Amino acid sequence: MHQLSTDVLIVGAGGAGMYAAITAALAGASVILLDKSLVGRGGATVMAQMTVAAALGQQEADVWTTHLEDTVNAGRGLCNEELSALLCREAPARILEMDAWGTRWARENGHIKQELAPGHSRKRCCYVDFLNTGPAVAATLRRKVGEMQNVRRLSNIAVIEILVHEGRAFGAVGLHIADGELVMFHAKSVILAAGGLTKLFARNSASANMGGEAYALALWAGAELVDMEFVQFFPIGHLAPRLVGMDPILWDPFRYKLGGKLLNGRFEEFVDRYGGADFGRYTAMRDLAAYAILKEVEAGRGTPHGGAYLDFRHISDQQLRAAFGPVIDRLLANGIDLTKNVVEVGPMAHYHMGGVRVNADMATRVAGLYAAGEAVGGANGANRLSGNAISEAFVFGARAGAAAAEYALRATLLRDMPPVRAAFEGLEALSHGGAKDAPTPAALQAELQTVMWEQAGPFRTEEKLTAALQRIQRMRLDDLPNLRLSQGNSFNLDVQDWFELRAMLATAESVVTAALARRESRGAHQREDFSDADESFLKNQLLELKSGKLVSRWLAPARRRSKGAGHG
Amino acid sequence: MAERSARTAILRIRRGASRRAGRMQDFKIVYEEGMSVLDGLRWIRIHLDSSLAIRYSCINANACKTCMARVNGKVEYTCLAKLNPGVTTVEPMPKRPLIRDLVTDTVPDEEKL
Repeated sequence: MHQLSTDVLIVGAGGAGMYAAITAALAGASVILLDKSLVGRGGATVMAQMTVAAALGQQEADVWTTHLEDTVNAGRGLCNEELSALLCREAPARILEMDAWGTRWARENGHIKQELAPGHSRKRCCYVDFLNTGPAVAATLRRKVGEMQNVRRLSNIAVIEILVHEGRAFGAVGLHIADGELVMFHAKSVILAAGGLTKLFARNSASANMGGEAYALALWAGAELVDMEFVQFFPIGHLAPRLVGMDPILWDPFRYKLGGKLLNGRFEEFVDRYGGADFGRYTAMRDLAAYAILKEVEAGRGTPHGGAYLDFRHISDQQLRAAFGPVIDRLLANGIDLTKNVVEVGPMAHYHMGGVRVNADMATRVAGLYAAGEAVGGANGANRLSGNAISEAFVFGARAGAAAAEYALRATLLRDMPPVRAAFEGLEALSHGGAKDAPTPAALQAELQTVMWEQAGPFRTEEKLTAALQRIQRMRLDDLPNLRLSQGNSFNLDVQDWFELRAMLATAESVVTAALARRESRGAHQREDFSDADESFLKNQLLELKSGKLVSRWLAPARRRSKGAGHG
Repeated sequence: MAERSARTAILRIRRGASRRAGRMQDFKIVYEEGMSVLDGLRWIRIHLDSSLAIRYSCINANACKTCMARVNGKVEYTCLAKLNPGVTTVEPMPKRPLIRDLVTDTVPDEEKL
């Protein structure tokens, strides 16, 4: 077994994890940065084709407090305003820092170009052409991390357990996928930067790495989760025709840059019927559009693949090419000519507003355990504005790295504590090769995705959620210990899938438990049996494990007291 | 969609951890118009044989750049390579150390244990 020691251990090397590695290293800490795939290539950041919101005020007058107002407004009363304020106040500095580190933000007359995006009251969303924001910022951060002498990068390591002794995190156990060996990491502090859980749902825009492991690891370590019922369903994910080589959520910038019409199966505009001023403005807030599309489908006015048509046929080829250049050719290679063809779009799981509960230092209630990026819950409340996810990755990553380094430089390394042995004994119990007819972890993951999509997706009821909860609990107790795993240690994806499934089940149970308890509709959480928002639910829901059982409690949202108050 | 165009495709895949002792194995999959080779490989892992070793992360976006293999003799991203009805041969990338099946060692040296 490999054993490694460091000051700060970072789980997940997307935008948040890489940013955290840089600030922790700059603060003088040694860092190990882990990724289940390859460093800088496996998280959500690299897939983000869209924009980054920051009140730079370069396109038009803007201040961070206006960005905060928009963020809080979209959050439907549930934002942790202390975290939202950090996100909005520090985003401009991070964008300029990335600019200095070499990110080529799209420019106009010398300044960084900023676009209007849905829900924003100012032109404040920066991007890298063409649809290249995520890959470009990931490349910048990869290069910067590579320059840091005291950051050790490790790829293909899946973290399966955070090690905790008497309420203090002191490392983690990882699975080295290439050879199936376990790796023991001793660390003074640990940052969970492996956020995202959209892989839990059959319709998603996720990579293979968004099974929600960060939330499960936090929960098992003794941290609290917040707002787990709030999964954002991106309303116009690509459904048909089959599109390869492109992100399924590519249509958003097309829609707000050029205007695209959403039409039901009868080719009628419909979003305005659900209370949105979509007609001619094309900026319907994300959760409203998702709701409108699925209601049309339910009423029998959907498209063949269960969504709506997105129509750009009123836009000229010239305008399309001016705005999206080579992307138009990539679409043509897929047989899609936007001047002639409509495409089918519909809601798919895209982002998670909920997550690990942290303070302004990104610290959980477990000493030495931090979270960053999408793993953090609360900054976006019940619904996230487009453009806030990458800002959040940068801002929270930078803060988590600095705080975890400061903690580590004061702490001592714990070694060989009793929980280490307990963790390993648990792992050894994992059998290779259950009954011949038992399902594989991959097959059970697929079933879980169907259960979550059909019973805990964009429209929820008590009946459906209860059925989902029962099935998930049976999967955890009955199926998980008896799955069929293939033999061999070399790149055995069955073993990786098994650990991933174990975490997916814990996270899915958190989402469903929270969704059952919130008997109202608010933002991204839509209950058909409680279709209105209810003032008595103007609270955040916290989840924790008590004696192995998920327990929920409610807390009034953190409000900003006044300008500059508190340590936020 | 599956019902409307219930056609099949064959993926002929090189298996094993040795380039010399490896064998070809055929998998018959349900084919849908526009499917990528990676879609087919993932379908095999869920429905036919989960022991098939493949490397990918972003699935569809061609953003992670980790899913390369030799498709019908040509090195391609399997997420971009379109599957056709009929036989498609998939082999690991040449010139890289083979780990197992379609997975070669593409991890940069400085990111290794």
